Amino acid sequence: MCSDPGQNMIKSAIKEKNLTGVVVAACSPRMHEPTFRRACAEAGLNPFLCEMANLREQCSWVHPRTDATTEKAIDIVSMLVAKVKRNAPLFPIKVPVTRTALVIGGGIAGIQSALDIANAGRQVVLVEREPSIGGHMSQLSETFPTLDCSQCILTPRMVEVAQHPNITLHTYAEVESLSGFIGNFTARIRKKARSIDERSCTGCGECVTACPIKKIPSEFNAGLGLRSAIYVPFPQAVPNKPVIDRGRCTYFQKGKCRFCETKCPAKAIRFDQQDEILDIAVGAVVVSTGFTVVETSFFPEYGYGLYKDVITGLQFERLLSASGPTLGEVRRPSDGKTPKNVVFLACAGSRDPAKGIEYCSKICCMYTAKHAMLYRHKVPDGDATVFYMDIRAAGKGYDEFVRRAIEDDEVRYIRGRVSRVFERQGKLVVKGADTLLGGQQVEIEADLVVLASAAVANPGAEELAQRLHVSYDGHSFFSEAHPKLRPVETNSAGIFLAGACQAPKDIPESVGQASAAASKVVGLFSCEELTREPVIAVVNRTAPPAYSTCAGCFMCRSACPFNAIESEEIKGRDGQILKTLARVNPGLCQGCGTCVAFCRSKAIDLQGFTHEQMYAQVMDLFA
Amino acid sequence: MTTELTFEPKIVAFVCNWCTYAGADLTGTSRIAYASNVRIMRFPCTGRIDYNLVLKALEQGADGILISGCHPNDCHYSTGNFHARRRWVVFRHMMEYMGFDLRRVKFAWVSAAEGAKWAEVVNTTVREIRELGPATEYTELHRKGVA
Repeated sequence: MCSDPGQNMIKSAIKEKNLTGVVVAACSPRMHEPTFRRACAEAGLNPFLCEMANLREQCSWVHPRTDATTEKAIDIVSMLVAKVKRNAPLFPIKVPVTRTALVIGGGIAGIQSALDIANAGRQVVLVEREPSIGGHMSQLSETFPTLDCSQCILTPRMVEVAQHPNITLHTYAEVESLSGFIGNFTARIRKKARSIDERSCTGCGECVTACPIKKIPSEFNAGLGLRSAIYVPFPQAVPNKPVIDRGRCTYFQKGKCRFCETKCPAKAIRFDQQDEILDIAVGAVVVSTGFTVVETSFFPEYGYGLYKDVITGLQFERLLSASGPTLGEVRRPSDGKTPKNVVFLACAGSRDPAKGIEYCSKICCMYTAKHAMLYRHKVPDGDATVFYMDIRAAGKGYDEFVRRAIEDDEVRYIRGRVSRVFERQGKLVVKGADTLLGGQQVEIEADLVVLASAAVANPGAEELAQRLHVSYDGHSFFSEAHPKLRPVETNSAGIFLAGACQAPKDIPESVGQASAAASKVVGLFSCEELTREPVIAVVNRTAPPAYSTCAGCFMCRSACPFNAIESEEIKGRDGQILKTLARVNPGLCQGCGTCVAFCRSKAIDLQGFTHEQMYAQVMDLFA
Repeated sequence: MTTELTFEPKIVAFVCNWCTYAGADLTGTSRIAYASNVRIMRFPCTGRIDYNLVLKALEQGADGILISGCHPNDCHYSTGNFHARRRWVVFRHMMEYMGFDLRRVKFAWVSAAEGAKWAEVVNTTVREIRELGPATEYTELHRKGVA
């Protein structure tokens, strides 16, 4: 039947006999329903008046040639005939699309997504919480496995974002809420007061020099360096405009100072600036809010963060970085001396169910090898030791990179876990086991201990997920719609994921996912209107609507996985609210029908699978 | 042979489109034979299944009901199967109160990859319902006009 002659038979039958419904008794609808519906449409019959009776996969292929099988086949066809008699013509739903994308988070994933979408000719609004875009990648020293300088490859992209005519950049801003649905979102963005007029500020930095409060731990340097109360997070920041940390600024705390204002040649300081609220219409959203690492205080066994020379991998990145607090010299935080023995603990927290982090943080094996390698390059007479569980170096050139650290740079790898880091006569002692030597205890005196601490979701990730209506997993990473086949979509149509907010991942993977998300957005924006299958729920709304059988209990809303149920106020002539009804947003409804089964008054029904159609099938079966 | 063994029950299967219906298709493409007593009704999701429909089928003469959808956490619509399960937990008490033999309603999770499992689920269900014999509890009441 699915061949052209078969389809032509159906088409001519529709025309000759003026058919008002078609049941094709052949294979599974999952196979050829689109084929036959298209054939019906070509013959002028509404495609949704065509049903398929599955006689092949679910009857002839699984049962022997007996009377019972024939009986079943007759039942199947008859049930579908009963159903199709009650089918209503349905028409594809058209939803207009606002062809502007919102990208949340300006790390490498957000930057890549924004640039890809903007280069495809679409408008992008990029929102970054921090005063500068760049994210974690801007903090890194060099990147594995090529040892490219991270900032050298990132900063040109950051500048491109700032200068791109299709990108509107909002830094020091957060998304407060997101309403609407695919193609038609409204994002409310809070631009926090920078206390600077960005247009007049020239980025000369006089204010930063003038600021008397200079001993604030720098976020960019992971707490190892210091910054002032008015500050630019790092020299290559985009935008290169300072921001006043109102919680730390003497003027905001005590009402006096304003030194920066007196020194500013551009008169750009604005102490009275208020937060700005912007409502922006967007058609799609890319969430790329990244990750964070657990602090050393997370580890009681490694001293609760009390030992200054026990640091995280991110802090070690800053020590290695030429733009870091030590200008790229490896000097330990406690006394500024060059450490001669550095111990790296891969899997600090990761793959440790006792700590509640069962998963592998994925990036640590590689960056620990990189750290040990770079340390050996910078301190050739120093010893680097790595404690590891397994070496997971899957990736192009990754295993070779680890081999290079072990073989060429003579990093000592000990397979085993560290039970304690403690102080003995002023020196740190790392106590662990060497499982390749039968679990033999090992104690190593260390000048510096670097924890490859677990990558975890950002604090506040859950709250953001709830604001955006995307789901998240038990570790607060955002959930993709399907782990294999829909890795960048979320369950909320029109919202996509990129980078480490979905799960820990390295730079190439983040960039890859970001481009994938961008291509989904660009695909969505390729049409002015979205066309959707009309198999959606509808609320009975007889005229006048006050008589709708919907009682307004909103059980449907509690059932809907897609937040597709809205409320509609029915007002009388005097403007008084007579009744509040449920209404299905056709842009959001995916057609699961869970609301239909929930509805107490049977006021909501699913087009294509109505009560009438389903009951008719049951009644027909036993007629 | 006793009537119990020759009795061929009529069973209605309410299945979701994305997992079990696709799984049953796979049983077909894998040519795994199974009992022909089941009539499949396709729903978008088990969450769409209204338990009144289960009652209606039993009232009309179904000997058994089989409800099957995606495994927990695999729902195409993310949570529909949980809703189906939760509602059943409430509904079954009512059915029990009304005098139904709950053994006539079977639940299963059959994924799109579990063609063999579908055959097994159907065969097991048919065997168990066959042992229970024809469902007369509700149809009798219905005939007498009690329910």
